[in-house]
Amino acid sequence: MSPKTQTVRHDDANEPNEKIVLRVSDLRVLTNAGDEILHGVDFALARGEILGLVGESGSGKTTAGLACMGHFREGLKFGSGSVSIWPRGDATHLEVGDLDEVALRDLRGSRIAYIPQDPALSLNPAMRVGEQIREVLDIHGFGSSEKERADRVAEVLVDVGLPGDKTYQKRWPHQLSGGQQQRIGIAMAFAMYPDVLILDEPTTGLDVSTQSVVLDTIRQMTVANNVAGLYITHDLAVIKDISDRVAVMLRGDLVEEGPVSAVLERPQHEYTKMLMAAVPDLAGRKTIGDGAAEAKAVAEADEKTHILVSAGEKPGDSKSDRSDADGAAASAVDSDVSAVEGKGKSASENAPLLEVKDVELAYGKAQILDGINLTLEPGECTMLLGESGSGKTTLSQCVAGLNDDYKGSVKLRGTELARSTRKRTNEQRVGIQYVFQSPFSSLNPRRSIGQSLTVPLEMSGQGTAASRKATVEEALDSVRLGRTFYHRRPGDLSGGERQRAAIARALVNAPSVMVCDEITSALDVSVQASIVALLRTLREERQLAMLFVTHNIALSRHIADNLAVLNKGKIVDYGLTAQVLENPSHEYTRALIADVPKF
Amino acid sequence: MFGKVIGKRLLFSAFILIAVSLLVFGATLLLPGDAARAILGQQATPERIAALNEQLGLDQPAWQRYFTWLGGLFVGDFGTSSATGGSVGALLGDRIGASFILMGLAALISVPLGIGLGVYQALHRGKRRDQAMTGLSLVLAAMPEFVIGIGLIAIFATSVFQILPAVTLAPPGEPVWNRPEQLILPTLTLILVVTPYIVRMMRATMIEVLDSGFVEMARLKGVPEKRVIMRHAVPHALGPVAQVVAIQLAWLAGGVVVVEFLFRYPGLGQALIDAVTYRDVQVVQAISMLVAAVYVVVNLAADVVGILTNPKLRSAA
Amino acid sequence: MSTDANSLDDLKSAATDAAEVPKESATTYVPFYKRVLAQKQGKIGLIITVVVVALALCGPLLLPWATGNTATEFVTKPFSPYGLFGSDNLGRDVLSRFLAGGVTLIVYGVLATALGMIVGAIIGMLAAYVGGTFDAVIMRLNDVILAIPQLVFALLAITVLGPQGWVLVTVIGLTHAPRIARVARSATLGVITEDYIKAAEMYAMPRWKVLIRELLPNITGPLSVEAGLRLTYSIGYIASLSFLGLGLQPPAADWGLMINENRIALSIQPWGVLLPVVAIALLTIGTNLLADSFARATASTSVEA
Repeated sequence: MSPKTQTVRHDDANEPNEKIVLRVSDLRVLTNAGDEILHGVDFALARGEILGLVGESGSGKTTAGLACMGHFREGLKFGSGSVSIWPRGDATHLEVGDLDEVALRDLRGSRIAYIPQDPALSLNPAMRVGEQIREVLDIHGFGSSEKERADRVAEVLVDVGLPGDKTYQKRWPHQLSGGQQQRIGIAMAFAMYPDVLILDEPTTGLDVSTQSVVLDTIRQMTVANNVAGLYITHDLAVIKDISDRVAVMLRGDLVEEGPVSAVLERPQHEYTKMLMAAVPDLAGRKTIGDGAAEAKAVAEADEKTHILVSAGEKPGDSKSDRSDADGAAASAVDSDVSAVEGKGKSASENAPLLEVKDVELAYGKAQILDGINLTLEPGECTMLLGESGSGKTTLSQCVAGLNDDYKGSVKLRGTELARSTRKRTNEQRVGIQYVFQSPFSSLNPRRSIGQSLTVPLEMSGQGTAASRKATVEEALDSVRLGRTFYHRRPGDLSGGERQRAAIARALVNAPSVMVCDEITSALDVSVQASIVALLRTLREERQLAMLFVTHNIALSRHIADNLAVLNKGKIVDYGLTAQVLENPSHEYTRALIADVPKF
Repeated sequence: MFGKVIGKRLLFSAFILIAVSLLVFGATLLLPGDAARAILGQQATPERIAALNEQLGLDQPAWQRYFTWLGGLFVGDFGTSSATGGSVGALLGDRIGASFILMGLAALISVPLGIGLGVYQALHRGKRRDQAMTGLSLVLAAMPEFVIGIGLIAIFATSVFQILPAVTLAPPGEPVWNRPEQLILPTLTLILVVTPYIVRMMRATMIEVLDSGFVEMARLKGVPEKRVIMRHAVPHALGPVAQVVAIQLAWLAGGVVVVEFLFRYPGLGQALIDAVTYRDVQVVQAISMLVAAVYVVVNLAADVVGILTNPKLRSAA
Repeated sequence: MSTDANSLDDLKSAATDAAEVPKESATTYVPFYKRVLAQKQGKIGLIITVVVVALALCGPLLLPWATGNTATEFVTKPFSPYGLFGSDNLGRDVLSRFLAGGVTLIVYGVLATALGMIVGAIIGMLAAYVGGTFDAVIMRLNDVILAIPQLVFALLAITVLGPQGWVLVTVIGLTHAPRIARVARSATLGVITEDYIKAAEMYAMPRWKVLIRELLPNITGPLSVEAGLRLTYSIGYIASLSFLGLGLQPPAADWGLMINENRIALSIQPWGVLLPVVAIALLTIGTNLLADSFARATASTSVEA
């Protein structure tokens, strides 16, 4: 960790205040080995207000949140500093660090409640959901009678929008959907009317539409119960949506804190500025990942899908819900023009580069894909947008020949392809390359990057050993990794580096179509931005056609000329990116656009 | 639906037993060409060989012999011992009880002991006592049962103390439980052999469960530690551990052979060794089938435990 | 989730690469043997194993007295002119027989383990890779063999085929196989869903190459643990069979057989029993400690993958 960061101190936030419920000051957390993980963090939570705690993976945000409850995960321990809490009805405050086990237990679940990241793993699978809520009430001695507690269970279930009846309470966690499970978690947290709520990425892993419902529930419950909330997330868009104040964490330091609008619109710290610049916006007003590698690319004439307002340059303008519509409209005109031009050019060729026709796939009764039609011209990028379970990965694997159960046809330059990649000709295999979602899984950990990247060349029987090595090194250069990575193993690489290596593997055979399956979803937002920038550059350098599969609609204007919206195996909207975003023809697309946290 | 799952397992158990019977019976077909001569030796007269062949039913085709044998198993007729000429059932009758006492005692003590020690270790993981117990269980798990048995004999019966009998003293015919002190060392040997596996598995499973999200959640709900362990953690560990316990108990059926031989304990194991020495095929077959039956039964029990502790399985199908 | 999220976080915490071109990152790869030896169990296990194996292999070369030598007198007294540890019931020198009696045990144990590992690993990997009916049939057959304890199976085989060396090795090796196949299968199933296997398929890599180049290197961890465990068990079973009098036949010198022959005289001449018992115990403890340290070394790599 080379650059030193400094925690900011906000004296105004630390002033005595009637509304303050929890204050953390100069909190330091150590590993058992003695390394400092949190370097003195300060923040305060006020009643009826949500503080967003943002940071990328490894920033220590969850550690800070759990420390508020006096809980440290295996291998971590309390260093120094203080966590003070002013429970409702108590005159004096409590020092969480000074409490013994019993007092701490009394606090947890009753005064400070926790809503975990993954509800599927946090609910006890062998306990009925009603019983799990009831357990909190029993332990903390809620009310005075059995009946009062039973009534409270039903009541809080209704509060979070679930049926409160006995049959529902008798369900097992596995019988509920992800969104319902998370609402059980919320009900459990609110059951004792807590003063403080720690929310640890409670919507990660949920679909956009489920996420927006859960966020609504959280917001309502916080206001209705006058609770102080700490919302931990990596997602700046969600922060904007839900919190009043925001604190930004970087490697164990709190680098910036303030009201949401101030921090997000006029970021002061370099890191916050960089983060803000990296977040894709639906309106596409900025160019994400506009780093060194991009400088040349953005100047190119046909990159008109992006209106170039570099982040931070024109503060105030960049985000406010109302100005969004205008911005989107303005950008739409431009992108429209470029996309139409693009179409005009490619129309001169007879057969499209890639044509997907009437592709269908069903497993038993489950129709995964239903009559899919797509075309792709050289140098064009189509975004295939869908939520989990929409069939988007299945479709991209059909195109790549990894799934041979489909009906219909996939044509490359007018020739129909065999369903299985093993049966396709060498030339066809080389023509379509596929990049996998998770860079942590797509490279063999036992082999060097060079060995892994040579496989496509070896299998297509090209060149000599020496020429293959040269090609691989070139590919490593073109993804900006550099040839020194040739002898490295995946274990030595970061997520972003691995994904670059995986992209390089797809490039060595000089394909004409590249299928990118959610390739940025496992990465932090700043890394995502750099990968998107890399893809833009590659398209230009190589006239590469791309099928970019994602669940993140906000990326659309940053990468794609065309947008296809996939819902339950059907394409419900398909056209130029701008057109689809401006005038969605299908209800589902409209809902998707509405559910995106506005930025 | 519970019944349906169990029904499926029962069917599978029946399949296993049938397949094992084919295997056990098939093995006897590998007997060298002239089984009777191999058994009786080179000096045997042709008459005796012919008589033995008829007695073994070797003049009939193999499949016919198989069905006769299998049919016999169902009605408790295990055939005739070629070494003693008596009925296999009568030969094994008393011994079955003696062996089951040994196995039952060992199981009754080692299962709760193993689970308890495993939980204890998981709760104190990384500490010195955990490491010491891990080391000890590694050492015990490594040694063959007769090594442990001889060690115990040397300590408690011969070299160090002379407080327990080194071998079974009961004369033939007397029930083994008439002299409880003679059961101590064999049972202790089996316990020392079986418990480490259960401890290790329980420890590993408990640690996994203790690290899981719902245990952290329970703690963050303010649930007292004792309840976190007994209500939230242990039930989840029991399912997987039941499988290991089943394998260990079934394995006891094999380990008991060596232990009985070592202590001259009048059980099935002793009979099996004698039978192997005299190439008494019928007895070996019968005991193999009994052992397989024990395996099937304890596995069924483990399946039931697994289903009872997992509502997903309970409500499935 | 906590553990998974944490390890993923750890992985990605190294990934603080900003929008810029990635920097060089230091290598974190530690070879397997170094990770094994970094642990106390690994070191102790290796030392014990090497000492006992060396003793057993070199023993026959430094025999003070011939193994088959039969004195007329039954000398039980240790440290007598007849031998450092006295002689056995037939007057044979205990030390000589002890030094000579370990080779077969170790050789048989290693052979049986090797046989089981090869057969088991191939079956397990194929079952997982091919899948479908093949997998189902293979695993059902496995269950059948698992229903009979290995020792009982060995006794069945000895009844039919007699107590020859090849019978012991084959039957113990083959009854290891289904157990090893289970491990190999589940390890393979864990790896086979990884995208790098799919990537190899996508580039139409021949299937045998996928198995050997992409799959096998990624399951060596669990397989090495299994090999260590199976070696421990093999030695245990073979020693047990000799002890039962169903392994090597007299007058051969063998640790298990020695224990069988001398245990009647345990109270008057304990050396004839204790020497081989201690040797067998140390050998199995050594290999088991090694197996355990393999397991720990493997667990510490899983983060890497």
